[in-house]
Amino acid sequence: MADLRLMDCIFGVAVGWLAIGICGLLLIRHTRFVARVLFPLSALVGCVLGFAGIVSTFGQIQTSLLPIGLPNLPFHVRIDNLSSYFLFVQGIVTTGVSLFSAGYFSREEDTPAGLICLEYHLCIASIVLLLIADDAYAFLFAWEIMSLTATALVVAHHKDPEVRYAGYLYFLIAHIGAFCLLFCFGLLGINTDDYAFASIRLQRPDLMVGSFIFFLALFGFGAKAGFLPLHIWLPEAHPAAPSPISALMSAFILKTGIYGILRVSLDLLPIQVWWWGGIALAIGLATALFGVVLSAVQTDMKRLLAYSSIENIGLILAGIGLSILFKAYGMYALAALSLTAALFHVASHAAFKSLLFVGTGSVLHSTGERNLGRLGGLMRFMPWTAWAALIGSLAASGLPPLGGFVSEWLLLQSFLLTPGLPNSFLNMLIPIATATIVLVGALAAYVMVKFFGVIYLGQPREQKLNDAHDAGVWERIGFSWLVIACVGLGLFPVHVVQALDRVTHLLLGDGIGNAVAASGWLQLVPDTSERASYMPVVFLVVLLACCIVAYLLVRHVYHVKTRRSGPWACGFPIMNARMQDTAEGFGQPIRHVFGPFFRMERTLPSAFDKKPVYKIKIEDPLWAWFYRPIAAITEFVSSIVGLIQQRRIAVYLLYTFLTLMFLLLVINQ
Amino acid sequence: MSAYYEFFSQALEMVVALAAAPLLTGWVNQCRSWLQNKTAPSLFQPHRMLHKLFTKEAVIAETASPLFRLEPYIIFGCMTLACGIIPTLSTSLPLSPAADAIALVGLLALGRVFLALAAMDIGTAFGTLGARREMFVAFLAEPALLMVLFSVSLITRSTSLTAIVYDLTHRPLAIYPSLAFAGIAFTMVLLAENARIPVDNPATHLELTMIHEAMILEHSGRNLALMEWSASLKLYAYLCLGITIFFPWGIPDTGHPFGLILALPILAAKLAVGGILIALIETASAKLRIFRVPEFLAMAFLLAVVGMLVHFLLGA
Repeated sequence: MADLRLMDCIFGVAVGWLAIGICGLLLIRHTRFVARVLFPLSALVGCVLGFAGIVSTFGQIQTSLLPIGLPNLPFHVRIDNLSSYFLFVQGIVTTGVSLFSAGYFSREEDTPAGLICLEYHLCIASIVLLLIADDAYAFLFAWEIMSLTATALVVAHHKDPEVRYAGYLYFLIAHIGAFCLLFCFGLLGINTDDYAFASIRLQRPDLMVGSFIFFLALFGFGAKAGFLPLHIWLPEAHPAAPSPISALMSAFILKTGIYGILRVSLDLLPIQVWWWGGIALAIGLATALFGVVLSAVQTDMKRLLAYSSIENIGLILAGIGLSILFKAYGMYALAALSLTAALFHVASHAAFKSLLFVGTGSVLHSTGERNLGRLGGLMRFMPWTAWAALIGSLAASGLPPLGGFVSEWLLLQSFLLTPGLPNSFLNMLIPIATATIVLVGALAAYVMVKFFGVIYLGQPREQKLNDAHDAGVWERIGFSWLVIACVGLGLFPVHVVQALDRVTHLLLGDGIGNAVAASGWLQLVPDTSERASYMPVVFLVVLLACCIVAYLLVRHVYHVKTRRSGPWACGFPIMNARMQDTAEGFGQPIRHVFGPFFRMERTLPSAFDKKPVYKIKIEDPLWAWFYRPIAAITEFVSSIVGLIQQRRIAVYLLYTFLTLMFLLLVINQ
Repeated sequence: MSAYYEFFSQALEMVVALAAAPLLTGWVNQCRSWLQNKTAPSLFQPHRMLHKLFTKEAVIAETASPLFRLEPYIIFGCMTLACGIIPTLSTSLPLSPAADAIALVGLLALGRVFLALAAMDIGTAFGTLGARREMFVAFLAEPALLMVLFSVSLITRSTSLTAIVYDLTHRPLAIYPSLAFAGIAFTMVLLAENARIPVDNPATHLELTMIHEAMILEHSGRNLALMEWSASLKLYAYLCLGITIFFPWGIPDTGHPFGLILALPILAAKLAVGGILIALIETASAKLRIFRVPEFLAMAFLLAVVGMLVHFLLGA
C-alpha cells in the first residue's frame, strides 16, 4: 500500500508541475502572480519529489502502465533505485531553483514570465517522465519534450541574435544526439515487439552489436551531457539562458545524459567489455581537463561556469568508465565504489553548480554585467549572494568538508584500492588517470578562486557597481536551500552513500553499503577503516573549534584596538581599482602553461602607441579542429549535390526516367 | 584508560606543534645565517616577533570585507588541525579516522584558498598578484603532493596516515624505488608550498619575486601574527609529513606516556636535521624566475607520477 502511494506521488508531482505550467500560460500577463505564487508552489512540489525519491531509493521496484501513448503501445513506467536517486536529486535542485525563480522572474522581460513558467514546468515534468520511462518510446518522447522546452528556455531573451544563435546550436546538437539515440534504441529493441525495457533486458546482443549500442549511446547521451567534442553548445547556451535556467540545465539537464548512459550501458546491455570502460574513462578525463583549463581563461562569468560544468561531467564519466572497466574484469566491489563516486558527484555537482548559477543571476540583475572585467567588490554590496557563492565555490573546488570533496575522495579511493588489473597496459594507465584527476581538482580550485575573487572581492571596477543591491527575499531563500544541500551532502555523505548502495546493487550486484553501515553514520569508509576513512562532521567541528579557540585566546590575551585606514599597498601613492588583476590577468599563467589547449589571437600594444590597446581573443580549439572542417565538408558535399539540381522540370523528369530505366534493368537481371 | 591517553597524545601533539613551529622557523633561519656566514638571530626570534605583533594595533583597510577579518583565524585553524592529523608523537590518535592523507591535502588547500581570497579582498595590485601566483604554484604542487602520498599508500594499502606509519615501521626494512622518486618530488613540493627558495623568498618584499609576502602585505598586528604563525605551522606540518612517510621509525604505536616521552626528542632530532637540509638547499640554490617555476613543479609532478608508475611496474 505504501509502495503504491509512492508511485502515485511521483505521478502527482509530474501532473502538478504540468498544471502549474498551464496556470502560468493562462495567467500570462500576471507576472507577479506567476512569480510569487506559482514558482513557490512548484518548489513545494519539488520538495515532495525529493522526499519521494529518497524514500523510493530504499524501496522496491515498481512498474505500471500509463493509459497514454500510441494505440496498443501504452507508456511503460518503472521506478527503480537508479531512477529514484535521480528523481531525488532533481527534486532537491528544482526546489532551490524554483524558489530562486520566484524572485528572479518577478520582472517583465523579453519573454513573459507566464510563458517561461509553462516551458520550465513542461521541461521538469518531462524529466520526471524520462526518469521513470520503461520503454524506448516513452523515453524518447520525454527526451524530445525536454530538448524542445529547454531550447525554448534558452532563447528566452530572443531579441538578442547571439541568444538565438546559442539556441540554434543547442537544438542542432541535441538533435544529432537524439538521432543517434534513435538508432541506439532501435538496435537494442531490434528483436522485441514493444520496445519495452523489460523485453530489451532479455536480449543477448553479441559483442559487435553491443559495441555499436554502447558507442551510439555514448555519443547520443554525450551530446546532451557535453562530452568532448560535443560540449560546444554548453558555453554558448549557458550564458544565453536566464540564470535559473542555466542552473537547471547545468545541474540537471546535463545529468539526464549521465542517467541515459547508465541506463543503457549498465542496465539494458547485459555485457560490458573492458575497452568500452577504458574509452569512456579516457573521454571523461580528456573532457575534465579540457573543461577546467578552458574555464580558467574565460572572462564571462557564466561561460566560466559552463566550462566548469564540462569538467565535472567529465569527472562523472570517468567514474562511470572506471566502473564499467572494473565490472568487465569482475571486480564488483571496486566497480560499485567508482560508480558510487560518480553518482555522488551527480548530486554534489547539481547542488553547487545550481547555487553558483543562481548567484550569477542575482549579480546580473543587480549590475547588468556578465563580464568579469567590469565586476568586483560585490561582497560589500551583496553579502547574501557573496556568502552563498563562497560556499558554492568552496564546494566546486573540491575542498573539505563540502560535497565536492566527498566525490573526489571516493573516486580517488577507487583508484587507490585497485589491487591491479589483469591487463598490465591498463595498470600503467592508472597512475596517469589518477594524476589527471588530481590535476583537474587543483585547477578547479584555481578557477573558483578566480571566479569568486574577481566578482565579489577587491574594489568595484565600475562606478555603477556601487549601487548594486543584494538579492531579494525569495532569491535568498533559494540560496539558503542550495547552501544547505551543498553543506548537507558534504557533512552527511553516509546517508547518500547508503542510498547509492541500493543503486549499485541494482546495476552491479554489489555495493559499499555494508562497509559504510558497519562504521556508523559519522564515518565514511569505502572498504575497511584501516584502509581509508573520513569523518566530515568531526573534521568540521575540530576545525571550527581550533578557529574559535584561537579567536577567543587572541581576544582575551591580547586585547588591542583595530583601526580602519586606507590600504597600504607597499606605500604606493596611487592605487585604483583598475590595477587589480582582471579575469584575463588571473587566467594568464594558465594561458602560458596550457598554450596548446587554445586558439589565441592577441594584439599587443607597442611602446609608442598614443592609445595603447591590448586585445586578446581565446577560442575553443574544437571549433577549428572539429566543427569547421565538418561544416566545410558538409558545404562541399551539398555543393556537389547542388550540381544535379538544375531547377528545370525537364531535367527532373529525365532523372525520374533514368532511375526507372535503371531499376528495370536491375529487376530484369 | 587508553582512550584518555589517546586524547592526551592528540592534544599534546597539537600543543607541541603550536609551540615548536616558530622554533623550527627560527632554527631554519639560524642555520641559513650560519651557512651564509652571518650572525644568526636567536632561536626564539620568531616567538618574540609573534609577541610583538600580537601586542600591536591591527590596521585594516577600509575596503576589507568580513572575509578578510575571519581569514587569519580560519587559516590558523586549518594549519593547527593539519598538525593534529599528521602523526608525530603517536599513531593512535582520535583524529586519525576523521581525516586521511587526501583530506589533509584538502585541508591545506582550504587554507590556501582562503589565503588567496583574503589577498584579493583589499583590491590592491600586490594582493591579486600574490593570489594569482600562489594558486599558480599550487595547481601543480598540490597534485604532486597527492601523487607522493598515493605512492606511499599503494605500498601500505591505506590512505590513513597513522596506518601508513604503523605499516612502514612494522615491515622489514626494504628499499622502495617508488619512494625514491616520491622523496625528491616531495622535497620540491615542500620548498614550493612553503615559499622557500628557489620558488619564493621569505626574506624579501620585492614585487617582482614575491608570492607569499605579497598576499599578507595588508595584514598587520594580530592578523599578521596569526598569518606568520600559520606559515611556520605549515612548514612544520610539511616537515612532519615528510618524516611520517619517509622516516617514520621512532613514532610509537600507543599514546603510552613512556612512548610519548621518548618520541619527543626523536621528533626534535628529525626536525632539526630537516631544518638543516632546507637551509642547505636554500643556500645552495638561486631563486627561479616566476615562469621557470611551472617547469620546476611540473618536474616534481612528473617525478611523483613516475614514482607511482614504478610501483605498478615493479610492484614495490
